[in-house]
Amino acid sequence: MHKSEKVWLTISFGMIMLFMIATGYQAFALGMAPPGGVELIDPQKVNETAPFDQPGIKQIGDNEYEVVMTLQLFSFTPMELEVPAGATVHFKLTSKDVVHGFQIVGTNANGMIVPGYITDITQTFHEPGEYLVICNEYCGIGHQVMATTIKVY
Amino acid sequence: MEAINANAASLKNKANEILGVNPEDAKLTKSFLLVSFVALLLGGLFGLLQGINRAGLLELPSWLNYYQVLTAHGLLLIVVFSGFFMIGYFYSGLSHTLGGLLPKVRKLGWIGYGLSMFGTVLVVIMVLMNEATVLFTFYPPMMAHPIFYFGLVFVVLGIWSCCIGAFIQVADWRKKHKGQHLPILSFFATGAFVLLLGCTLFVAVEVLFLILPWSLGWVDTINVMLARTLFWAFGHTAVNIWYLTAVSAWYVIVPRVIGGTLWNDTLTRVVVIALVIMNITGGFHHQIVDPGISDTIKYMHVFMSLAIGFPSLMTAYALFVVMERAGRRKGGKGALGWLKKLPWGDVRFLAPFIAMLAFAPAGAGGIAQTTFQLNAVVHNTMWVVGHFHLTLGMSVAMTFFGISYWLIPFISGRVLTPAMNKLGVIQTYIWAAAMVLMAFAMHTAGLFGSPRRTSYTTYGDHAAALGWDPYMLLIGFGAVLLTIGVLIQFYAVIHLMFFAPKGQTEFPIAPKEPGDVTGYWTERWGVWVVLLIIVVAMAYVVPIVDMIVNAPPGSPPIRPW
Ligand code: HEM
Ligand SMILES: [Cu+2]
Ligand SMILES: [Cu+2]
Repeated sequence: MHKSEKVWLTISFGMIMLFMIATGYQAFALGMAPPGGVELIDPQKVNETAPFDQPGIKQIGDNEYEVVMTLQLFSFTPMELEVPAGATVHFKLTSKDVVHGFQIVGTNANGMIVPGYITDITQTFHEPGEYLVICNEYCGIGHQVMATTIKVY
Repeated sequence: MEAINANAASLKNKANEILGVNPEDAKLTKSFLLVSFVALLLGGLFGLLQGINRAGLLELPSWLNYYQVLTAHGLLLIVVFSGFFMIGYFYSGLSHTLGGLLPKVRKLGWIGYGLSMFGTVLVVIMVLMNEATVLFTFYPPMMAHPIFYFGLVFVVLGIWSCCIGAFIQVADWRKKHKGQHLPILSFFATGAFVLLLGCTLFVAVEVLFLILPWSLGWVDTINVMLARTLFWAFGHTAVNIWYLTAVSAWYVIVPRVIGGTLWNDTLTRVVVIALVIMNITGGFHHQIVDPGISDTIKYMHVFMSLAIGFPSLMTAYALFVVMERAGRRKGGKGALGWLKKLPWGDVRFLAPFIAMLAFAPAGAGGIAQTTFQLNAVVHNTMWVVGHFHLTLGMSVAMTFFGISYWLIPFISGRVLTPAMNKLGVIQTYIWAAAMVLMAFAMHTAGLFGSPRRTSYTTYGDHAAALGWDPYMLLIGFGAVLLTIGVLIQFYAVIHLMFFAPKGQTEFPIAPKEPGDVTGYWTERWGVWVVLLIIVVAMAYVVPIVDMIVNAPPGSPPIRPW
């Protein structure tokens, strides 16, 4: 093996390890793990299961909110939320039918909503504005209209 | 009797070496390649419809809606074009380097061809009838017509027949050539078929045991997460097999086309072995933002996915050295003078060369989007579509195109004329420019949040969505250019197969560098397969058991289109 190859492979190896360490550090030390969640729910009984029997927004702290939201062909419940700037919002999301996506355009909030599971996503809205919320997983013929907004005032 | 047989066999070998091609084996490969390029043509036309729809210039009619088109595009290109090409190419490689296919292997090849063709036709009919508008991922609980799933089963059975044929061929050769190394192209083929069998097992379990009983109404509900996970164990690996197929040409064919020698044979085989062992476990990187999978499991999978970056980086170095060495031997001087000595006007080199270049940004983008936090930025956005048009649409497809300019004349007993070569060079530049343009626009639109798998929409003229429009126009423009490329490529294939002047074409396999000895330990396929199984078990047993034991109540079928 040539010296230049050893150097190249060492750099390659180092780069991959660096990515791993950065990912791990952010996920486990800084609490920036990807969206997920391990709570389960019966996808055919979402309407009768707390807290999804009462979807909506609730203040749970100083400028901190919890949003309980269901996704279904081709809408979000509740629609058109409003929160003050700087608010941290904890979304609890589940699907009543097929797989959907949940993405707040212009932020890093992005996760899959799989029937039977509850996805947790947390987002702090620093800037005021009207944020576009979309379904980013194909869910059927009306997928392209499945959207709502979050107003940050 | 034995002796006569052996004599006859060696005569046949000689004939093969001289003529270079066994006509019966050639017919098999020709059939696979023809299907492959018809799929490219149809898939490309569907791609055009998608591109101009997303540019906002075309509303698709209700009898051919966007998602139907997208389902067909995905399946035709990621499964049919790539899969049929891979099998046709490696079967001719096995035939050429192992002294002709055994009659039973050829038969298995034809059976595989028939089964996959039949399955493909069923699938395509269902998609065109709007009975299977589920995209190539067919995530339950969205449910297609059962015939769609039966079609998939036939495709998989066909693939298995071809895998088994390849294994028989290789085992037979090894038995007759004890102590010898499998020729390098067949070594690649063995690795690719091992992976192909390994990954299709997952999707077979998904379709046979989860989806079919449910779609036939024998059970009421399905385990959605399990199906998804099995799918990605397959889907992720499949695209990596197409990549491994392209890599085989970079290592084995390209050095010959440029008049050079092979890279270090042992290290090449190490790359193959590494790609085989570590590949299947990357599947979860498609599920980084899924619920129901713990962060530790996801982290392990990110690690396993990134590990594949290492053999790829080894490859980058190897190819660079091979080209530099060949260029310098031809008298290229200075830091970059050797570059001038490479045959830029030869499509058999130019196309795979650009394919390799594309893998640099493609691989870098892949590493970036595999890490947790960056994945959340781009997951399910157009970024991802840009990423796999670089990896598949450029690295893989352009390598396959480059191969077609010698493989098709080779199997058809024809030659590549200078005029056809020139057309190939033009097609290569068109394709490269168009893909770069389209992929750039897709990556950028994705960073701004534009979702993938979504027909043209402005979300009620929301400002953010309107901001994507310029990039979407570029995508449409790229799609038009690409379609021109597809048409030229298809024309070239038909011409080379049926109309080019008769003559003999070489199957270009580079010789070893003098003095390069291969470590015989690389031949221990039994060990590699066991390691593969161990790695797959490490990655999948815990999460899959968890998904079954801790499953939520299942989902009934839904048809949302
Ligand atoms: C004429 C050339 C091509 C054009 C114009 C084109 C265009 C497109 C467009 C616009 C999308 C859809 C984006 C979306 O809404 O998500 C797409 C998706 C896709 N393309 Fe292509 N593409 C071309 C060639 C290829 C090739 C050669 C391959 C692979 C070998 C490929 C594989 C795919 C796959 C797998 C998808 C994703 C399907 C899905 O999300 O379900 N494309 N393509
Ligand atoms: Cu959707
Ligand atoms: Cu993958």
